[in-house]
Amino acid sequence: MNRWNVMKRILPLLAGMALLLSACGRSDLSALDPQGPIAQRQYDLMKISISIMTLVVVVVFAICIYVLIKFRRRKGDKTIPKQVEGNHKLEIIWTVVPLILLLILGVPTIQSVFGMAKDYSKDKDAIQVKVTSHLYWWEFEYPQLGVTTAQELVVPTGKKISFELVSADVKHSFWIPSIGGKMDTNPGMSNRMYLEFPKEGVYRGKCAELCGPSHALMDFKAKSVSPASFDKWVAAMKAPAVMPADAHIAETFRSKCLACHAVGDQGTNGAPNLTGIGGRQTVAGILYNSDVVKDPQSEDKTVEENLKTWITNPQKVKPGNQMPSAADNQLTQDEIDGIAKYLAGYKLDY
Amino acid sequence: MDWLTTVDHKKIGILYLLAGFIFFLVGGLEAILIRIQLMKPMNDFVAADTFNELITMHGTTMIFLAAMPMLFALMNAVIPLQIGARDVAFPFLNALGFWTFFFGGLLLNISWFAGQVPDAGWTSYVPLAGPTYNGTHGVDYYVIGLQIAGIGTLLGGINFMATIINMRAPGMSFMRMPMFTWAIFITSVLIVFAFPVLTVGLVALMFDRLFQANFFEVGGGGNTVLWEHVFWVFGHPEVYILILPAFGVISEVVATFSRKRLFGYSSMVFALVLIAFLGFMVWAHHMFTTGLGPVANALFSIGTMLIAVPTGVKIFNWLFTLWGGSIRFTTANLFAIGFIPTFVLGGVTGVMLASAPADYQYHDSYFVVAHFHYVIVGGLILGIFAGLHYWWPKMFGRMLNEGLGKLTFWTFFIGFHLTFFVQHFLGLLGMPRRVWTYLPNQGFDTLNLISSIGAFLMGIGTIVFVLNVIITWAKPRNAAADAWEDGRSLEWTIPSPPPEYNFKQTPLVRGIDAWWKEKTEGNTAMTPAEPLGPIHMPSPSILPFIMSVGLFIAGFGFMYAHHWLAAGGILVTFVCMFFRSVYDDHGFHIDPEEEVQA
Repeated sequence: MNRWNVMKRILPLLAGMALLLSACGRSDLSALDPQGPIAQRQYDLMKISISIMTLVVVVVFAICIYVLIKFRRRKGDKTIPKQVEGNHKLEIIWTVVPLILLLILGVPTIQSVFGMAKDYSKDKDAIQVKVTSHLYWWEFEYPQLGVTTAQELVVPTGKKISFELVSADVKHSFWIPSIGGKMDTNPGMSNRMYLEFPKEGVYRGKCAELCGPSHALMDFKAKSVSPASFDKWVAAMKAPAVMPADAHIAETFRSKCLACHAVGDQGTNGAPNLTGIGGRQTVAGILYNSDVVKDPQSEDKTVEENLKTWITNPQKVKPGNQMPSAADNQLTQDEIDGIAKYLAGYKLDY
Repeated sequence: MDWLTTVDHKKIGILYLLAGFIFFLVGGLEAILIRIQLMKPMNDFVAADTFNELITMHGTTMIFLAAMPMLFALMNAVIPLQIGARDVAFPFLNALGFWTFFFGGLLLNISWFAGQVPDAGWTSYVPLAGPTYNGTHGVDYYVIGLQIAGIGTLLGGINFMATIINMRAPGMSFMRMPMFTWAIFITSVLIVFAFPVLTVGLVALMFDRLFQANFFEVGGGGNTVLWEHVFWVFGHPEVYILILPAFGVISEVVATFSRKRLFGYSSMVFALVLIAFLGFMVWAHHMFTTGLGPVANALFSIGTMLIAVPTGVKIFNWLFTLWGGSIRFTTANLFAIGFIPTFVLGGVTGVMLASAPADYQYHDSYFVVAHFHYVIVGGLILGIFAGLHYWWPKMFGRMLNEGLGKLTFWTFFIGFHLTFFVQHFLGLLGMPRRVWTYLPNQGFDTLNLISSIGAFLMGIGTIVFVLNVIITWAKPRNAAADAWEDGRSLEWTIPSPPPEYNFKQTPLVRGIDAWWKEKTEGNTAMTPAEPLGPIHMPSPSILPFIMSVGLFIAGFGFMYAHHWLAAGGILVTFVCMFFRSVYDDHGFHIDPEEEVQA
């Protein structure tokens, strides 16, 4: 009877906790609102552990509060309490009970550890993506498909995405909270993980390992699209580059930008690949494009404006990054405007 | 001058306390600046690289220069008294340990004035901390400062191990030692095994940085994951080096203020030993996302979860020490009682983190920040505050003001939970740790604001404590020997503050809680174990101070590649060592007549 009373109090609390947790945060970002099976599994583990731990906390708090109220010293009380040595029965109970609780958590933990470590790198049906982290941007290469992009990972829904993760410089950590937990990128060693994206959508990705001044700003997006759209995207990525119509802008773009960047079959991939940049959610991962994103905020600007801001002074947006400013590149205002306009119009149809 | 040459453990304890507390204020100021920056999205209160310097220095300072020295302060002030000894085993080394810590810490903090501050996080992960990506002298200050300060810690560990093994009063068997002494004994063992690992790691990083070695340089065949292993093989036991002494303090305070002996003494000892042992086995749980593979992750998951069992034993033993007791709510006891639920919260999130697949979400997010602050601030700092309020009369002969003490407790305690509880949610919502700023509209704004307000409250609590100390200073030294009336161990049998030689006659210990046993049998003093006679004392010496200055100078020499300066500094240290070796100092004796006057 007494035990049931305790349970009656704990159960609604646990239910309330679960409700509170599931209602938290943005669905494209929060680990508490999972959008894929991996994140779901991690969330299930969280729920198990939070329930067990809440139970422990409630028991300890209950004893604690009871003791403090019942056994406080009254004024003038000079009595000496009984000097209790210990109690083997009790001590065995609070050794064994935690062991059982840990077993309940341990078994699914081990199952998930091995489940999530499955290797899909040889699986013909999985999409292979090589992620290379750079000081402060992300490169996504699709070796099977011969495509490279940056800052915006595009994947088809309903397939296993098998990632190979490596870093070009310092350690970073690849993390899309609402899709699945993170994995570090180490220089000189590659890590593997896989994720699945059952629903179409754009998810926010973060860098979780301190990597320098702009660590906080090293965001990326993961965009899942239908398999048909994905195929169209791959084809569009492989199409020959669309160059600026204006001959002067085209020449400036070729000489100043393509030394590091690439568009389509032109340039090199030393800096983020710019193919189709006009259709991406953000410029530089953090400047949201009001004409592209679904829920533009008051401070967001259009792609063209964001590109101008970025090209003019990249250090102001992301301190410590490698991109030279417009002044360093000796770009005139007309050239900046021209390049921004051209890139903003560079959209892929998929 | 007296303070520069002292080898008396009580004075060294006060030096540790003073230096450690000043560094605590510095680290706290850094924390406040961090929280001001994170108060609102896209804030520009500090620049991105300044922020990284702040978090690095905050972490390093708080762990190595504030928490550990304050623990050393308590150890020095209490351990010899608790075991009935006249000093530590090696008083000269004790002084040397303090001065190397002090000059190491000074060197580290001079980086602020040199304008080249370590900025790779307190874990100093390579390659970010390596020469390729960190060209300034910032990380050199970290490497060399910690190396010098580490000497002090290691000396302290060896010293207290030797002291507790060899210098216990007659009759005090291991299983009659007070719990705080047990905790410090185990902590010392951990220090002796863990700190050499840090030393090796720092030497390797120093060679990479100063002499172009390739331990961690991928381009030269080095391995960056090696640093992670070395750092955490040290770093995880370090967490227990910090928290075990707090466990000891809580055991003492809770028993005293509930007028009861510690519940389940032998299981408490066993739990301590088990925690220390497991603490060495679980370092890779800091590396679940490094990519060690499922087998390692599974083993380290289970190993980590197991630590919850002995920790739980301790928690319940404390609760059952209070059970049936006569609980007095002094400031010290408030901190101790506040510790218990707070540490439980930190402990359960530890078990959550131990589940590797879920940790892929928690790792390097604000959830982790919340967890370790619950353990280190909510555990260790509450423990230190409990210990300071408890032993203050013994250390200084003056009682701290209880009213101000309670104000400190409530502001600090409420501020603490306000700051760190919400950070669990920030992490789960997707906020990575060590971020200098964050974009608006991600659901982070309100929680960060709450967190910053909490940090200010903690700051106020700390200021009230400083005020309390200043006010107490002006009062006469009138604390009784058994200042809380319910003292149980030997330190409460001698005057507050104790005379230079602690015990006129070494006491005879007849059971657990020696002083309590005598009191309940109606005795007003301990039975002496030796006749009254001259007491041998070690001579004070300036050498430890000069030796540390030598190392300090050498540190600068290495850093700025002035090798003659480095050699000169090392030479100063070696000359001191030479004098120490060849000059036989037999110390002096205090005669029984003088004792009576004192």
